[in-house]
Amino acid sequence: MPNFTLHVNGNEKNVSVEADTPLLWVLRDTLELTGTKFGCGAGYCGACSVHVNGALTHSCTMAVSQAAGKNVMTIEGLGANGLHALQKAWIAEDVPQCGYCQSGQIMAAAALLAKTPHPTDAQITEFMSANICRCGTYDRIRKAIHRAAGGAK
Amino acid sequence: MTVSRRAFLKTSTAAGTGLVIGMHLPSRGQAEADTAFSPNAYLTITPDGKITIVVARSEMGQGVRTSLPMILAEELEADWKQIAIEQAGASTVFGDQTTGGSASVRTTWEPMRKAGAQAREMLITAAAQQWNVSPQACKAADSFVLHAASGRKLGYGALATAAAKVPVPENPPFKTGGYKIVGKSTPRLDTPSKVNGSAVYGIDFRVPNMKYAALARCEVMGGKVADFDASAVKQMPGVSFVDKISDSAVAVVADSTWNAIKARRALKVTWDEGPNKDLDSATISKSLHNRDESKAVKVFSAGDVAKAEGKRVEAVYELPFMAHAPLEPGNCTAHFRGTECEVWAPTQVPQDCRDTIAPLIGLKPEQVKVNITLLGGGFGRRLEHDYAVEAALLSKAINAPVKITWTREDDMRCSTYRPVSLHKLSASLDANGWPVAFTHRIIGPSINGQKGSQPVQGVDADFPDECSFIYPIPNVALEFVMTETPVPLGWMRSVYALQMAFASESFVDELAAAAGKDPLAYRLHLLAKDTDIKYFDATWHTSRLRSVLQLAAEKAEWQKPLPPGRHRGVACFGCFSSYAAAVIEISMEGGKPRVHRVVDAIDCGQVVNPNILDQQIHSAVVYGLTNALRAQITIEKGRVVQSNFNDYEPLRMNESPKVEAHFVSSTEAPSGAGEPPVPPLAPALCNAIYAATKNRIRKLPIQS
Repeated sequence: MPNFTLHVNGNEKNVSVEADTPLLWVLRDTLELTGTKFGCGAGYCGACSVHVNGALTHSCTMAVSQAAGKNVMTIEGLGANGLHALQKAWIAEDVPQCGYCQSGQIMAAAALLAKTPHPTDAQITEFMSANICRCGTYDRIRKAIHRAAGGAK
Repeated sequence: MTVSRRAFLKTSTAAGTGLVIGMHLPSRGQAEADTAFSPNAYLTITPDGKITIVVARSEMGQGVRTSLPMILAEELEADWKQIAIEQAGASTVFGDQTTGGSASVRTTWEPMRKAGAQAREMLITAAAQQWNVSPQACKAADSFVLHAASGRKLGYGALATAAAKVPVPENPPFKTGGYKIVGKSTPRLDTPSKVNGSAVYGIDFRVPNMKYAALARCEVMGGKVADFDASAVKQMPGVSFVDKISDSAVAVVADSTWNAIKARRALKVTWDEGPNKDLDSATISKSLHNRDESKAVKVFSAGDVAKAEGKRVEAVYELPFMAHAPLEPGNCTAHFRGTECEVWAPTQVPQDCRDTIAPLIGLKPEQVKVNITLLGGGFGRRLEHDYAVEAALLSKAINAPVKITWTREDDMRCSTYRPVSLHKLSASLDANGWPVAFTHRIIGPSINGQKGSQPVQGVDADFPDECSFIYPIPNVALEFVMTETPVPLGWMRSVYALQMAFASESFVDELAAAAGKDPLAYRLHLLAKDTDIKYFDATWHTSRLRSVLQLAAEKAEWQKPLPPGRHRGVACFGCFSSYAAAVIEISMEGGKPRVHRVVDAIDCGQVVNPNILDQQIHSAVVYGLTNALRAQITIEKGRVVQSNFNDYEPLRMNESPKVEAHFVSSTEAPSGAGEPPVPPLAPALCNAIYAATKNRIRKLPIQS
């Protein structure tokens, strides 16, 4: 079985898995980082969202071979040195219901704020519509992003 | 399983609170430690002051791990900050642990209060004994017992050991008001774990040396395995087992989820597609339209609709199959160990899982331990025990712990579905346009009937709790024509209430239009007189439905003209002992509705946690609009056509409206909240579309 080296949440990880294994399953089964969720396996729902070299990525459709040598950030890494502003805002707005999609929602929001630090409602809506929440927490997600951004500019 | 868990639960609920007040709360059994205070199975207080409250329902997003402990903590006079929760698994001491029917708060309101009140009284007695004063001179607050006259106080932790020796009072007094926790917007206890990836759902669970499995199931309903060729697949990476585990499924076991899924895709199975291989949606619909209706059973009636005269209005409505599609796909972990089996399941029916699994793997129910994980959504899908049965059978077959994971395609295609239904409505209007007769005949399959449980008074056992008819029209007939279908049926959020409300509340709008009257004013006129309506064992009140309708209309500024291009619709309904109304504001864009604003009002009695009720209403709006706009499962060649979120797509943020949630202030005992706000959504939306276009939507989904 081939070996791959990933930089996950700042740590170097060597994994021995089939080359076509989606990054999602390497994170979940091999590295036991289960905060990243399986929702659709096809890039439709965003539950598996992580950052790869800073870019928002559906880990369910990226093979581990494509992630090799790159920096992967998961929900567990986002708040490793104290909660991220988005995580604090998510708590303040009490966003999650079942919570299953929320790791992906927060990772997507982090990618949004990295490029657009003070997004408008329209910018939030456009960016966040790639992520499905079956419990319908969209209103609170929007509020939490504004809160983390310190308001729209 | 011959008794519907959901129906059973409702029967118990309908029996009223009188039985519950006198009930004996179960004890925890053997004390955990000599010093801990555990007057009943719901509560333990340790000398360090830690208060642990047991939650015996499943957390699927609806907030039971926060709201149920709040009820107990209120009567306990506890400091909320000291509360920890413990999730119960399948048990024998908590009664029916089914999580469904919007029943968690309403069925545990009495026992949770009693559990807290018992402990409070015992702590007060223990303190009074130490101080040698009368218990009446003491009171409890914020996890302390206080003696006002002397200024002495003792914490619950310090009193725990002594309180454990006080006899448990059978009928402790309940607080009559002055709530400090119940009714206050309280953050969910589970939120911190849900923003950092640490929350453990079923799919996240693991045990040492666990295997991973994916199953091939026949996509043709009722199909069976004829043959399969395991030889090639057994050579694939990580694969350790390929075999049939039931008539209709072949399991592939590997060393990772991906290797199992990949091998399953490569597995060649020959299916015996059985009698349903030509089934399609058109045939199913036609069979409803052509159904012999002579065996219609009365669900509810008043007066005699046959004798009523007036202007006749008729309409036919139709709804499709729908899929729950919780975001966490089906999964379960099981570990069969010869004389026992342990299961970790994201389930709404832990006891049903235990009792169904046990005989299938040659064990007794007490040898099967079912743990409840967090659920990544439920919506009724996890009222089925299928995932748990598969995991247990497979663990026994391979004699090792194993986690089975369904793919999204498995979930779309091999699930249970909200049943199709056809609704024939007719009414007679008097000279002023008011209805003197109203008939609603629902033609469709019975969920409970398919699952083998007995009808209640001739109708599906869910009807008593899920429907109502609150307009006091002199002549009314609600009728049910039970049909059959090979399509597997399940209870999906708000169940028959969704179908009934869509047809009934769209039709009331048609009547208002036929009478040339404003649809809100028309409804308020029908509800103007305070009337109690007996429906099965429940009594519905026009006053409460009128109040939610007025509240929604007032907050939506119904009387205020809308800007050009904006239109409104309204609907209201009662189910699960609660009342809800919605006003929806839309515009039409390219022939499609765009929903801008939903104003929702609910009367669910005493609100336990406004924060969570607000969440539930937001959730109901997005779920209800998804149902109305495009949730549709279609069948071709015996198979579900839809496969994933590309062709069965829940509403996303860009289609979600501004939601405003309002509650009627009430001191009535709490009633359902998770489902009641859903049914008004589809008719309110369709009524808004009618207001905009004069085009009446009589078939869901709107975007079909």
